[in-house]
This record gives sequence, C-alpha cells and structure tokens, in this order.
Amino acid sequence: MLEQPVITPQLIEAQGLTEDEYRRIVERLGREPNLVELGIIGVMWSEHCSYKSSKVHLRRLPTEGECVVQGPGENAGVVDIGDGWYVVFKIESHNHPSFIEPYQGAATGVGGILRDVFTMGARPVAAMNSLRFGPLTEPVNRAIMAGVVKGIGDYGNSFGVPTVGGEIMFGECYARNPLVNAFALGLVREGRVFYAQAGGVGNPVLYVGAKTGRDGIHGATMASAEFDEQAMEKRPQVQVGDPFMEKLLLEACLEALRTGAVVGMQDMGAAGLTCSTCEMGARAGTGIEIDLDRVPQREQGMNAYEIMLSESQERMLLVVKRGREREIIKIFEKWGLDAVVIGRVTETNRLVVRHGGKVVVDLPNRLLTEDAPIYHRPMTPALPEGDYHRLPFWREASGHEDYGEVLRRMLASPNLCSREWVYRQYDHMVRTNSLTLPGEDAAVIRVKETRRAVAMTLDGNGRYCHLDPRAGARLAVAEAARNVVCVGARPLAITNCLNFASPERPDVMWSFSEVIDGMAEACRAFGTPVTGGNVSFYNETEGRGVYPTPVIGMIGVIEESRHLMTHRFKDEGDLILLLGETSDDLGGSEYLERMHRAVVGPVPRLDLARERAVQEVCLTAIREGLIKSAHDCSDGGLAIALAECCFSGHRNRRHGVEIDVEFAPPEVPEALWPVIFLFSESPSRIIVSLEPVKADRLRELARAHGVPITELGRVGGERYRVNLNRQTIIDEPVTELEMIWRRPLDEWLSLNVIAE
Amino acid sequence: MKFGVVVFPGSNCDHDAYHVISKVIGQPVDFIWHQATSLEGYDAVILPGGFSYGDYLRAGAIARFSPIMRAVTSFAATGGLVLGICNGFQILCESGLLPGALLPNRTMKFVCQFVHVRVEATDTPFTHLYERGQILSLPIAHGEGNYYCDAETLERLRRENRILLRYCDEQGRVTEEANPNGSLDNIAGICNRQRNVFGLMPHPERAAEEALGGADGRILFHSMAMALAELAQD
Repeated sequence: MLEQPVITPQLIEAQGLTEDEYRRIVERLGREPNLVELGIIGVMWSEHCSYKSSKVHLRRLPTEGECVVQGPGENAGVVDIGDGWYVVFKIESHNHPSFIEPYQGAATGVGGILRDVFTMGARPVAAMNSLRFGPLTEPVNRAIMAGVVKGIGDYGNSFGVPTVGGEIMFGECYARNPLVNAFALGLVREGRVFYAQAGGVGNPVLYVGAKTGRDGIHGATMASAEFDEQAMEKRPQVQVGDPFMEKLLLEACLEALRTGAVVGMQDMGAAGLTCSTCEMGARAGTGIEIDLDRVPQREQGMNAYEIMLSESQERMLLVVKRGREREIIKIFEKWGLDAVVIGRVTETNRLVVRHGGKVVVDLPNRLLTEDAPIYHRPMTPALPEGDYHRLPFWREASGHEDYGEVLRRMLASPNLCSREWVYRQYDHMVRTNSLTLPGEDAAVIRVKETRRAVAMTLDGNGRYCHLDPRAGARLAVAEAARNVVCVGARPLAITNCLNFASPERPDVMWSFSEVIDGMAEACRAFGTPVTGGNVSFYNETEGRGVYPTPVIGMIGVIEESRHLMTHRFKDEGDLILLLGETSDDLGGSEYLERMHRAVVGPVPRLDLARERAVQEVCLTAIREGLIKSAHDCSDGGLAIALAECCFSGHRNRRHGVEIDVEFAPPEVPEALWPVIFLFSESPSRIIVSLEPVKADRLRELARAHGVPITELGRVGGERYRVNLNRQTIIDEPVTELEMIWRRPLDEWLSLNVIAE
Repeated sequence: MKFGVVVFPGSNCDHDAYHVISKVIGQPVDFIWHQATSLEGYDAVILPGGFSYGDYLRAGAIARFSPIMRAVTSFAATGGLVLGICNGFQILCESGLLPGALLPNRTMKFVCQFVHVRVEATDTPFTHLYERGQILSLPIAHGEGNYYCDAETLERLRRENRILLRYCDEQGRVTEEANPNGSLDNIAGICNRQRNVFGLMPHPERAAEEALGGADGRILFHSMAMALAELAQD
C-alpha cells in the first residue's frame, strides 16, 4: 500500500497542477486527495486530457452537418459516406514522445490512433501522417526523421494498415520540436458503431490486451509542458509499442463486437486506466468500480499510482452485458490475449478503485471530466512585421538571369522534392484497396463492397500560419478541399491536429484563437464540419516554440470509383489549362524562403467563393470525363506543380511541356513577372490537361461558374519549356529535372549511414 | 475445387488473398485458422503475407511451429498446391518446404514498390498460363526479402529449373540495379522439386485488378485454378 504522504506544493507541482487548481480540488472534494487521487486528477486535468486552454475556442468550430454521425467527444469522428457505410477517422499528435524517442514515439502514435478507430467498431483501412522536422543539414534532425519514419513504418506495416499518404515539411522552428501527427481511417457498416460508454449498472468491466507495466507513467503530463535541457531524462515516460499485439487486439475486439455482448469499449491511451474508466462512466452517467489486484501486470510490486497512470500500450477497457463475460473472454483467449473482469458499472457516478482490499480512490467522475478547469487565457495579437514588397530584390526589381537554375534549386528543396524515400518504407498497398500510389494530391481507397471510394489528405502550412494565423488556417482548409477535389472526390468533413507552443504565452494563445476562427470560416464555406481532432500545446524547447501549425485532415467521397483522377499528364498533344488565376502572392512562399531566406508576408489572398467555384468546375469536369489530369497548384507555385505533372510514375511515362503564356500582373515590375508566374502561391488554382476537342466545353463550364481559365500550353516532347510573353525563360530536359527532384531525401538520409 | 487461406496470428494479407480467390477469379475459398491440424477437402493452400507472430525472432521462424504447418507439409507431400506469398515464402523456407532463407534487405530498410520480375519457368501449376520470359509488374512490400542459399543449392535450383521469378528491369534484363533487396541471383520466387510448392516475395494478389495498378498477378491464380480443374478431370 501507498504511504499517505503529506501533500506539499512540490508534490502538487510534480503532478502538473497549480496551487489554484489544488485549492479547487480540495473545495470540490470537501477533503484533501490522497496521492493516487492527486495523480489521477493531475493527469485528467492536464492540458493533453482536459483541453483546458483550448476548450473555449474549440466551441467556435462547426461540428454539425448532414453526413456527421458522430462529432467531437468520442474516440473518433464518424461520417456517413453512403451505401450503408460509415467512415471513422481521426488525427492525433505524438510530438513530445517523438522528440525524446523518435522510433517508439512515432510507433506508439500510430498505435494510439489505430486503437481510437477500432474502438468504435471500425476496421482501420488507411493511415497517413503529417511530419515536421528541423533542417536536414543537422545530423540530429536527420536522425529524428529516420527514427520517426521507421517507427511509423514498422508499426503500420506489421499491423497491416496501408500508410497511403501524408506530408512532410522542414523548418528551423521544428529543430527541437518535431511534429508527428498520425491519422487513421476505418470503415464500419451503418448501425455498427460502438461508443465508449459504460452503460448498464451491474455490467462487468473487462480489461483486455497487453499487461500493465511501468512505462509511460505520466506521458500525458509530459505532453502538457514545454521541454528544457533535461528533456532526454523523460525517456522512461515514452511508451513502447508492439504492433503484433495490436493486430491481435484488433481482430479480437472486432470479433467480440460482432457477438452483440459488448456495451462499450475504450482504449487505454493517454492516462491509461484512469482516463478510460472515468470517461466511460461520465459519458454514460454511471460510475465504475475496479479492483487493481485483478489487473494483469507485467512486473511485480506496482503500486496503485503506477497502475492507474501507466500508459502501457495495446490495452482496452470493455463493458460487457452481464452474464456474457465468458463468451467474450474466450474470444480474447483464442487470440492469446489477457481478458479479465476487473470491476463493474455502478450507479454512483464515481470512480472507485480498490487495491490490496482497500479503497484507494473514490472520486466523482464530474471532477475528473466536466469539472476540470477551463481557462480563458490572456491573448495578445502579434502579427510578425515585414512585407516582401520591401525586400531588396523587389525594390530593385531584380529578377533572375537563369530561371532554369532557380527551378532546379526549388525542385531540390526538401520541402518540395519527392517523398519516395519515406513512403517506400511504408506498406501503402496492403488490404488491396489503394487506388492511388503515394504522391497524388489526395490518397484514395476503395470500399470493396460498393462502387465508392474515400479520398483523404493532410495539409498544413506553418509558414502561412506564423505570418497570419487566421488566413493561414483558411488557406490550409482550402488546400485540403482542393486536394480532395483534384482526385475526383466531394469534400465531406475534417479532423484537425492543432500544434502550438505554450498556451501560457498570450501571443501563442491569440494565434490559436485566430486559427480556430479562420478554420471555422473555411469549414463553413466548404460545408466540411469538424468531427474531432487533437490539440497539442507546449511544442517548445528551451523557450523556442514552433510556428502555429494546424494540420487539416480532410476526407471526401467519390461516388463512382471510375471518376478517380490523378495528377500526371497522360498523352502527347493534350492541352494544359489553368483553372483560377495567378496573382502577386509570394508572401510566405517556398520561393522566398529558399531563394531569399525570407519568411515574410503578406500571405496569399484567398477568396472562399472563388475557391469553391474553381473546385466545382474541376469536379464537374472530372465527372463529365472532360479532363485527363488535375493537380493542385500550391507549395512552390505553378512551376513546381507543372514539373510534378511531367514526371514519370507507375505505368505513366515522363512527358515534356511547351508553355506559352502572355502574363502581365498589375503593379508588379516587369522584371519580376517570371517570378510571380512561376513561383507565386496564389490559392484556388488547378492545372488540368485534356484532349483539345474538349477544351471548349471546359471553358464554357468555367465561364458559367465565373472562374478564370487560361490555356498554358501543350503536353509533348522531352523538354520543360516555358515561354513568357514570347521569351523563353526555362528550357530544361525533363529527365534531369526529375532526377534533381527524386534524389534529395535519399542523399540527405544516406548521410546518416555514413555518420554511423 | 477449394482454396484455403491460412490465418496465423499476425497474418495481414489473408483478406487480400481471400478476396482475389473469391471475387477476382471466383473460386470457393475458406480461411483456415493456424490451430487446424488437417487440410482435408482442400486442393490448394495459400500462406499469405503479413507478420506472423510479429516476425519476432526472425520472419516466419515461429509460424513454422504452428499446428497447421504439419498439415501443410503432408498436404504438399501428397501433391497439394501450396503458395507462399511474402511472409508465406519466409515460412515455407523456415519450415524446410523450400530451400534457402530470406535475409534482411540489403538496404536494411522495408521496401514497398512496384518491381519487374521475369517468368523463368512455365512448367508449374502456378506459372503455366504465363509465357517464358514474360515481364510482370508486381508490388513488393518486405523488410526481409533478400533470398540466400548456399552455392550447391543455387546450382540445384538452376539445374532443376526451380527459379520461377527473377527481378529484372522494364526490358527484362536481370541486373544488379533491378534487384530491390539484394537477393542472390535476383531470385524473387522458387518452387520445390515436385513443383507444387511455390514461394515468392512479390504480391500477385495486390496486382490482380486494373484498378490497383495492374493485373499481371491475376494470371498466377488463374493458373492454379486451371491446373486444379485439369487435375480433377483426369
């Protein structure tokens, strides 16, 4: 048994609680908590579990829509995709653990999000990830990246979920604050969704899966504080993943759910047994009483505090109909897993925990859930100063002499080059549903039993959000929707992962609030409600934080799989057209950072009505069978998007292009017209290619929607040639450009091997 | 005619194999739990891809001790068709039904991509509908696919024409650059002497429908079905 120490200020602080919060606990409880209770409250009131700083803002997000079956508040969001099928999906961060232990941190991030999906009765059928690292020039950043990618790959590959897409960006602010956001998506038949509710007083509570050990204790608290130079000492707080165990758990859980004997299920993720017991009780308006002596344990002598706060992986809590527990236990035994009745559902609305025959915890669920503190933290607007129109190159109107060389340097940028080094390590085809290979604007998986397919994408742009959080968030949602549309899908809903520095800093809190408002506005415009997500604060080390980095996970549906669209050019002689318009939008661009080492605004202007119109035209053109390719034009601008359309892919040979355009953007010095044309990141643009005879119909469609449309040129030859205002500004062999684009990550990451 | 797909704890391409047999080539098929001890009533058995027992210790090393493997061994001895894909190939090697071993990839990294393989022999129930020298586009997805055997075994495999697939380039040239994992002699798949047990690292079930990027793999399953149908007629 635990000795009951005197609760000291140090002890309170060690649980991540403030003195104010402690006073609140004593007041609500009418007594002092014991140490186990204090630990439980500490973790449930942590930022990670309670969303205490973000809650007041998150309420402003739209969460309702025709397709939404389950919005925020459950383990994952649920959306109706038609034909009797639901999609269950969510994204979650594992940033802090991945910095301390990249391989296990990332692996367990994948494990956690997969459990969130199958907890709801859905079989995970796709995974993606959004990653941010420091510059590859630093060996430590390369080591973190290599570890994270291997961790994600090993876990997903073994579990048997295809990792079908995602995004990676590099930036100085992520150097000691890598971001690892894992997304998972599952399918479940209509009416077969399970919820994490402990219904039915008297029903048994089952613990299933891996045994509890001393790993990951206080993981959630760790994720709720910034790091200092002693961060590496927190390695024991990182959990260790076992994908094989998770695979068994998946099969056993789905089999158990099919019996109809399961009332509710929740995975033991952050805050382990603590979080699952009190949340399941709170959601059902019941209580849970458990006996820790019955909890399967990996090591001896664990005390109640350790058992309740362990974050050992691959564990689930089930509430089962009384009298049917044997049936369920048998299924888990078949899969070689522990399944033990550790308690029962009560009517008390309390969490009661026994250990060694004594009650060691007796807390009202409310105190742990609804009554957790909610903060209106102070906010101070802080828009970074600067305008690229005042940079020397602009003032002096000094364009480049050799745009071919600029294009080469851009294509070799770690932010723009091929991601093959990464996705080659992920099994992206298992389950034989992947209709796209990685590298498309969005990933698409089919729903075998129907003619439908689901498209998904992850998009974020920390640079934009740093320069203008509200506009940046709008741009991220718009890009996500555009990506989904480019593969032929109608956008349905989003999940988000909000990565920020310390909420205790008023400028960070302000940027968070702005991001929420920008996201809310854009989500309303596209009719894509938010069905859940995750907030990760305290992404800062030694006082240096990350850019505000909201990551949007958008899903869409393709009613007829045959309408699937890809981005590469298909045939010689096809016309290339641009939907939308290129304007003076260099702020926050890859071009400015790569070529002028400048991260300054203003960020690209986005007109949501225009964006919708462009997407509508593209989607209609795809469904009418007008176009052969569609590609979103964003990071790196038109020049990069065009190059990507030219490069070879599986069953698609390399193509050249001949671009011939008259271009004179207003108020831009003539010497800079090429820069704007090639590298401006104006949103609401899609590059399409089609047979010349179909161009009139596309123009007609564009006109009807008020969308500008420009003929850029033709597919053909072996060169990438751009003539602007009758002057050739780029003329390069596509083969070479493709090599330059393919190699960088391989080259950077192979340096690790040499260093070892 | 009946196919069986063995399910080991950790198999994860079992559903894919089942889908190809039942939906793509339209033949009867069952899942067979690894605890089963008999294969009576089956004509062909597929050991699917995945990470049986987490591939802990060594890929396929624990699965070979599953009760079903004894049944698979006697099934093979009596002429039943056994197809091991990826992890299934590793299990066949570990259990001695095929010679050699699959080592970690030369790059020490998992690799998932489409590759080209050349059909080297067509006198088997698995490859008789292909043409000799035909170049197939099939995906691989493995961390341990680097085929290795001793010189004597390699010599025997060649002499007995048991190398059924070799990694090659788009034009069918068997080159070092076209070898994705370091396999000896670019070996992607081999069969036993009786030619009724076939193991391969590529995933034919993932390339059995045009929508998935190619259908070269489908012919392998058609070959098996046709061979079984002919056998039934005799």
